[in-house]
Amino acid sequence: MISLSVNGKIFQLDVPVDTPLLWVIRDNLGLTGTKYGCGKALCGACTVHVDGHAVRSCVTPVSAAVGREVVTIEGLARDLQHPVQQAWLLEEVPQCGYCQPGQIMSATALLAANPKPSDADIDQAMSGNLCRCGTYQRIKKAIHRAADSMAAGGRT
Amino acid sequence: MKPDTSRHSLAKFLLGSLALLAFSGMPETGRSASLLAAGTAADRAGAATAFAKAAPVLLSPRCLNCHPAGERPLVGDRSQPHPMHVVRGPLGMGKNGLLCSTCHQDTNLQGKGLPPGAPGWQLPPADTPMVFEKRTPRQLCEQLKDPARNGSRSPAEVVEHLRDAPLVLWGWHPGEGRTPVAMSHQEFVSLMSQWADKGAACP
Repeated sequence: MISLSVNGKIFQLDVPVDTPLLWVIRDNLGLTGTKYGCGKALCGACTVHVDGHAVRSCVTPVSAAVGREVVTIEGLARDLQHPVQQAWLLEEVPQCGYCQPGQIMSATALLAANPKPSDADIDQAMSGNLCRCGTYQRIKKAIHRAADSMAAGGRT
Repeated sequence: MKPDTSRHSLAKFLLGSLALLAFSGMPETGRSASLLAAGTAADRAGAATAFAKAAPVLLSPRCLNCHPAGERPLVGDRSQPHPMHVVRGPLGMGKNGLLCSTCHQDTNLQGKGLPPGAPGWQLPPADTPMVFEKRTPRQLCEQLKDPARNGSRSPAEVVEHLRDAPLVLWGWHPGEGRTPVAMSHQEFVSLMSQWADKGAACP
């Protein structure tokens, strides 16, 4: 039995310690906002935060998250009020939407590390998140918009 | 009755010290000077030879890939640039929220193409990048014994790092799809110990 903190709640789980965090999040906790893409940390669709840092949950054993705080797309903010989510809506970033939870989680981690990223910073930080619809330009615009919003008093 | 070992040791130490004092007080003869010089030269040659034999390990992809000449780590047996624009960052742990720990765990993940891992998976920090890529054995040696560039380590501490650090040991157990370092870890450490013990001269 392990104890896991996800989105501010503590869960007791009877799972093997090497179970990928993604399976626990989706199958055990029913938080299906985080997506399965490649299972090899190659696409970024499964990105969540562990202690504020972006991790690919498909390759992270659940044991690595024990004693730490996991945040998924569902826990980022209430009612989509996070500045990054707001920027995503205003820029109409998603097309099919499948990769977008991972994109948003990576963008949020980027802005926490670098509140005013350049285009090059965004390209570098977001290169691990693939979008088959090719929404990259809108992602970039949305990250700049979110950075401006957060600098103007929006919370991180 | 138990022998008084501490007294014996003290006596031996005093006798040894007296002998040393007597030796240092003697005028340096041509013979002793040449013996000293020959010993030093032999040590220098031995250290340089040992390092030259060990250098291919440092230049193997398993070591070199995380000691790149640029800001991007390298991957695979062909030392290609790391995909996803991963970069060193100031602390050697990545940059802009894309960290080594975003994908790499404390252990290798099973299966080809999955991220390798070991405790403390990272590059050297930006202020001491400890570059192995495109370096000659001599350049490697000079860098490795320079405290300004090696994280303030003595040659003996460098050997300690090469002997014990989990990230170094990973090179011999790199997981599926990656060729381990060719020389045994034991032989590598033995050569580097010879290098350090004999004065850390460079080839």
